[in-house]
Amino acid sequence: MTDSIKIDILRYRPESDNEPVWQSYDVPFTNEMSLLEALAYIKDELDPTLSYRWSCRMAICGSCGMMVNGVPKLGCKTFLRDYKNGMKVEALANFPIERDLVVDMSDFIEKLEAIKPYIINDNPRALEDGCHTQSPKQMAQYKQFSMCINCGLCYAACPQYGLDKSFTGPAALALLHRYNQDSRDAGKAERMKIVNAEEGAWGCTFVGYCSKVCPKDVDPAAAIQLGKVDSAKDYVIAMFKPGE
Amino acid sequence: MSKRKPYERKMGATWWLKNTFHTKYIIREGSSLVIAIYSFVLLFGLFRLSQGAEAFNGWVEAMSQPGWIVFHLLSLAWTLYHSITWFSLAPKAANIWLGQKRVPDSWIVSGMYGALAVISLAGLILVLI
Repeated sequence: MTDSIKIDILRYRPESDNEPVWQSYDVPFTNEMSLLEALAYIKDELDPTLSYRWSCRMAICGSCGMMVNGVPKLGCKTFLRDYKNGMKVEALANFPIERDLVVDMSDFIEKLEAIKPYIINDNPRALEDGCHTQSPKQMAQYKQFSMCINCGLCYAACPQYGLDKSFTGPAALALLHRYNQDSRDAGKAERMKIVNAEEGAWGCTFVGYCSKVCPKDVDPAAAIQLGKVDSAKDYVIAMFKPGE
Repeated sequence: MSKRKPYERKMGATWWLKNTFHTKYIIREGSSLVIAIYSFVLLFGLFRLSQGAEAFNGWVEAMSQPGWIVFHLLSLAWTLYHSITWFSLAPKAANIWLGQKRVPDSWIVSGMYGALAVISLAGLILVLI
């Protein structure tokens, strides 16, 4: 006998719905089944109109972010066996719902672009100078922050972003910190303007949920607090340089 | 013609009750309000001290009323809660290295508790001598 599990999904079809509505599905349960596989089962066998995003199925691409019982999760990294009493699935919080489980992430993408997420160096090393060397300590300053897959779970976890969309937000500020900490980079002064702004690091009230929900163990909350430390140093140093 | 009609969900005033992590965050932040009220009471005591011995003694006497003792006990409990949550978050704002090794988070947290113990002991000695 096949056990089944009840999955409630918040549906939203812009052409017919004025607001999202819950719809229930019974999905055959196996111990190894991920939520993403369950959604594929629903789309293939029960309801082809269901929309959701996915690609890699292994927590690399960051496409399948969604709310599971109110907690931001990757569909591919969430298993039915942990939700035997059923699950309520809805589109990632704090983003506009485009259709069903698909959200509009363009605001997040613009923020990622705005923090200059690339190595800035006006005097790059010439080829004949050989390769860059970095000590393990220099690499440890930024490595974990470079593991972000842009899934947006941290934005769904962040009430500050939910309440005020002008806040730069966890992933973008963590990526900013990643480039500021890279010993090959010389763009810190440019990026500090973004950190110092009201909607930069100081827009964060250290809820800390972003780091908790990150599927790749990045610690955006730490990046932002270290950004505040940098920003405070900037402020004090500026007081002693009245000319600038 | 575009058929897009993105739907924005509203957070509402009770957003922090829907997730236990957020509820704990609001309690943690709320505890700082209690500390602010306590600080105002203490500042008022300092103000009375500046007005002379009689004024200050009046304030001390008022503070020994049962209601105020309960207030101070509650303030102490909330302050301890606030300190515990603050100490546990402190390592995130610190990037301290000893040579080629990052100082473990547990050292920073222990250091905060150690500092609290030393300062409390110093305060106690000051009061008792």
